[in-house]
Amino acid sequence: MPEQPETALDAITRDAADHATPADAGTVDFAAVTSGPETARRRRRGLRVGTWVAGAWMVFVIGGAILAPWLPLDDPQNSVTDLARKGPFAKAGTAPGHLLGGDLNGRDMLSRLLWGGRTTLVIATVAVLIGFVIGGLLGLLAGYFRGRTDTILAGLFDVFLSVPAVILALALVTILRTQPSASGRSSAGLDPEVALIIALGIVSIPVLGRITRASTMSWSEREFVVAARAQGARHLRVLFREVLPNVLPAMLSIALLGIAIAIVAEGTLSILGASVQADQPTWGNMIASGRQVIAIAPHVVFEPALMIFFTVLALNFLGDAIRARFDVREGAL
Amino acid sequence: MSEHPAVPLLEVADVATGFETLRGLVRAVDGVSFTLERGRTLGIVGESGSGKTVLSRSIMGLLPHHGVVRRGSIRFEGTEIGHASPKEMRRFWGDAMAMVFQDPMTSLNPVMKIGKQITEAIHTHLDVTRQFGNELALSLLESVRVPDPERRMGEYPHQLSGGLRQRICIAVALACGPQLLLADEPTTALDVTVQAQVLDVLAQQQRERFMAVILVTHDLGVVAGRADDVLVMYAGQVVEKAPTATLFGNMKMPYTEALLRSIPKLSEPSHTRLAAIPGRPPDLVAPPPGCRFAPRCPYAQDKCREEMPPLVAAEAPGHEYRCWFPVGSTPVSIGPSSGGVA
Amino acid sequence: MAGTGTAHLRPEGEALLRVEDLVVEFHAGGGRVQAVSGISLDVVEGETLGLVGESGCGKSTTGRAIMQIIKPSGGSVRFEDQELTKLRGSALRRLRPRLQMIFQDPISSLNPRRKVGSIVSEGLDIWGTGDAASRRAKVDEVLDAVGLDPETARDRRPHEFSGGQCQRISIARAVVTEPKVIICDEPVSALDVSVQAQILNLLEDMKARYGLTLVFIAHDLAVVKNVSDRVAVMYLGKLCEIGSPDLLYAQPAHPYTAALLSAIPEPDPERNGEVPSLLQGEIPSNISPPSGCRFRTRCPRAEARCEVEEPVVRQVALGQFVACHFPLEPGESLETGDVLAEFDLA
Repeated sequence: MPEQPETALDAITRDAADHATPADAGTVDFAAVTSGPETARRRRRGLRVGTWVAGAWMVFVIGGAILAPWLPLDDPQNSVTDLARKGPFAKAGTAPGHLLGGDLNGRDMLSRLLWGGRTTLVIATVAVLIGFVIGGLLGLLAGYFRGRTDTILAGLFDVFLSVPAVILALALVTILRTQPSASGRSSAGLDPEVALIIALGIVSIPVLGRITRASTMSWSEREFVVAARAQGARHLRVLFREVLPNVLPAMLSIALLGIAIAIVAEGTLSILGASVQADQPTWGNMIASGRQVIAIAPHVVFEPALMIFFTVLALNFLGDAIRARFDVREGAL
Repeated sequence: MSEHPAVPLLEVADVATGFETLRGLVRAVDGVSFTLERGRTLGIVGESGSGKTVLSRSIMGLLPHHGVVRRGSIRFEGTEIGHASPKEMRRFWGDAMAMVFQDPMTSLNPVMKIGKQITEAIHTHLDVTRQFGNELALSLLESVRVPDPERRMGEYPHQLSGGLRQRICIAVALACGPQLLLADEPTTALDVTVQAQVLDVLAQQQRERFMAVILVTHDLGVVAGRADDVLVMYAGQVVEKAPTATLFGNMKMPYTEALLRSIPKLSEPSHTRLAAIPGRPPDLVAPPPGCRFAPRCPYAQDKCREEMPPLVAAEAPGHEYRCWFPVGSTPVSIGPSSGGVA
Repeated sequence: MAGTGTAHLRPEGEALLRVEDLVVEFHAGGGRVQAVSGISLDVVEGETLGLVGESGCGKSTTGRAIMQIIKPSGGSVRFEDQELTKLRGSALRRLRPRLQMIFQDPISSLNPRRKVGSIVSEGLDIWGTGDAASRRAKVDEVLDAVGLDPETARDRRPHEFSGGQCQRISIARAVVTEPKVIICDEPVSALDVSVQAQILNLLEDMKARYGLTLVFIAHDLAVVKNVSDRVAVMYLGKLCEIGSPDLLYAQPAHPYTAALLSAIPEPDPERNGEVPSLLQGEIPSNISPPSGCRFRTRCPRAEARCEVEEPVVRQVALGQFVACHFPLEPGESLETGDVLAEFDLA
């Protein structure tokens, strides 16, 4: 691509040498510029390649997660004989039909990855949804009303943000979930998956809250907000009809990134033993349990790790694309 | 740099600058030529979209790296700079040519003291001691009439008013004694009383240094008082070029006339109906064939819409205009063909 | 602090909008700054009052304080016989359709995410005026009145329009509720020269068509003269002079007005050349304004009295009022008066 502008420019400078007279006879012939319209056409194709690939990956992951119960997969929780620690594409006869091999207990990796994706995505998405709704609402109120409301809310956000996220999540999960105790009676609490969702949700509230607050503050300064008030609109109307539509793109873009972070967080919490039980797969706990056999069967760890990696990458790309797409185009003066 | 008294300081020949956008090539500047001698002030007048800012940046070489297409020749004291790289231009910047921008709020570094911003320019080009640099900076501040210069040297931009900031920007630009100063709407963001002060400073410096100044503005009033020659731009082209007195006294281009008539004047009584120019400037990606002002021109004829008029000379020396039926040649006809509203 | 007086106000009951001793204070840098210090104005129905001054004079703040967008710290604003400063909540909001505002930045004053039709209709939607069909008809009517084609404009977003067109949309939005008074806060300052003329003409047309009363705030004296029936000149939160534009501009009584007029570059090469500017120094800051007459630090006519005593507005000619101890006589020029010293203000 850097080639073309070079040659076009050369062609033009050659032409310029021919028209030397200053008092020229009219329009410059820009037709000599061949790169212009073509580059424009190329750009007009819209989204970059990266965005398409990212979108395709997410469709695959989400599709697999949704359709898992109906796909012809092995039971992710039951071992298959002789599959234990067999790598992907194992030699003929040893692991036919198990594309990605088996984990340390002999359970089919492909099936576990798809089912695991289901659980992981549900956890991450719902957690971020909690943050989006609650954090977003609080951020809107703080950024629009300012004053004491803002001092209290921003202060709350800061308090939660001051605790390292992983530790906060760990503490919350531990408090919230059912604890098996020595005496055999479990203490009251929530299902680990629910506890995880709530914990990660609480952790994401201040993050989304701050971003929303910052964006709200900047949009609330704009004159069309003053104009709406000058028309006699109540505060809530202004907030939801004027400010929110403009703040939403920033929130969405961060939310997508938030999902990516939540997926990784789930992995961290698995390693710390705070996630779902190992039988029910999540990408995180697959990595956690697979650590034991990483020397002899590395695929058990790397396959879920790669799933996380690509999904996080894809979410980043999509978050960027949303932000770019919705960047407000101001008119020309 | 060469010492050829016969060579004009700045020669712009058929310069064009285009930007590649999603919609196509925007012809921001479409064939501009002029020469500028030392000690003269050239006023470039136009509205937004006329290409005047892009032209001044093209001369300075301050255009983005990508998506820009350039054509034509720009010679500074005989040396071709039209296609120079930023690295090559750095020899010229500050030393031979300098620029003052529109918004003094954003032209100065907010976290650097004023004194440092001036001496930084000095030390980049001149090999002098720090002491000398500081003294030079002080004398520069005095020459642009900044009160209490010693104190200002140690202050930050946010502690100063707009007019002071702009004068300091001028001081920074003049630090190394350039021969050409480009001022892009230097007073648009300032109050009118401060505007007069800043323009006075500019004029005084120009006289003392025998500098050439290009004053880019949309304000015909500013140009009337301060420029020797005026270039009127519309839709990327030069539509009239003349010494100032000739331009105001005997304008040929209908656009210039329409512009003058549409400005409210102090001498007119209140509630005078303004002769507004209907419509809007043309799309620079696909400008109409023929004269670009024709859709809005009260004198437009068919020939205007079909054929692009060339820049031709008028009787007075140095006066050129781009019109088939200049002011005074035909009575006002039916009216503009397509208007729309701006 | 002594106000600048109310001698120029017309008898109560005559004016549609009457502002008396308006004070607006802000908290800034640990102290209180008065952006407006005792301004009194009035506007009669059908009149256009021009409010002019340089940056820091408080004209925009005055406009917003009249609208109660900024809460005044003191003084009174009477509109249609109601005291606006005493109104709260829904009582104040109910007045809004009759007291509208147009802003300086055409792009920023329109919500980029909403369609133009919806933006213009907002005033009607909030108050539920009429049914959907009649509202739409009204929106079409005002869009057409401002020179835009309703069919194409209604469903577009602001970024698809130019600055001048956006300002037309703002005007349509202000007019759709059939207000009595519109405060125009620098409506043409951000526009190109040729577009300015279009919008100024449009405002005059709208005023005639809808029977509007305007308060036109601007820094450009020539623009203000063109649209106004009465012009008030402000400096550093105070009123300097008020009178009819033709008189004021021909025979300014206040030295500031005279200096302002002489600083304007006229597009006439004969008049300009290098007239040395009559005003030295910078505008002092609002935080600690000069005692007595605030203009004294830059005034070539200032004397001892100006430092001690604040001038009160008084009449100097028919319809012309000035707040100055030593106003210019008709025909007297600022340059030939005694120039005491050149104050270079920090």
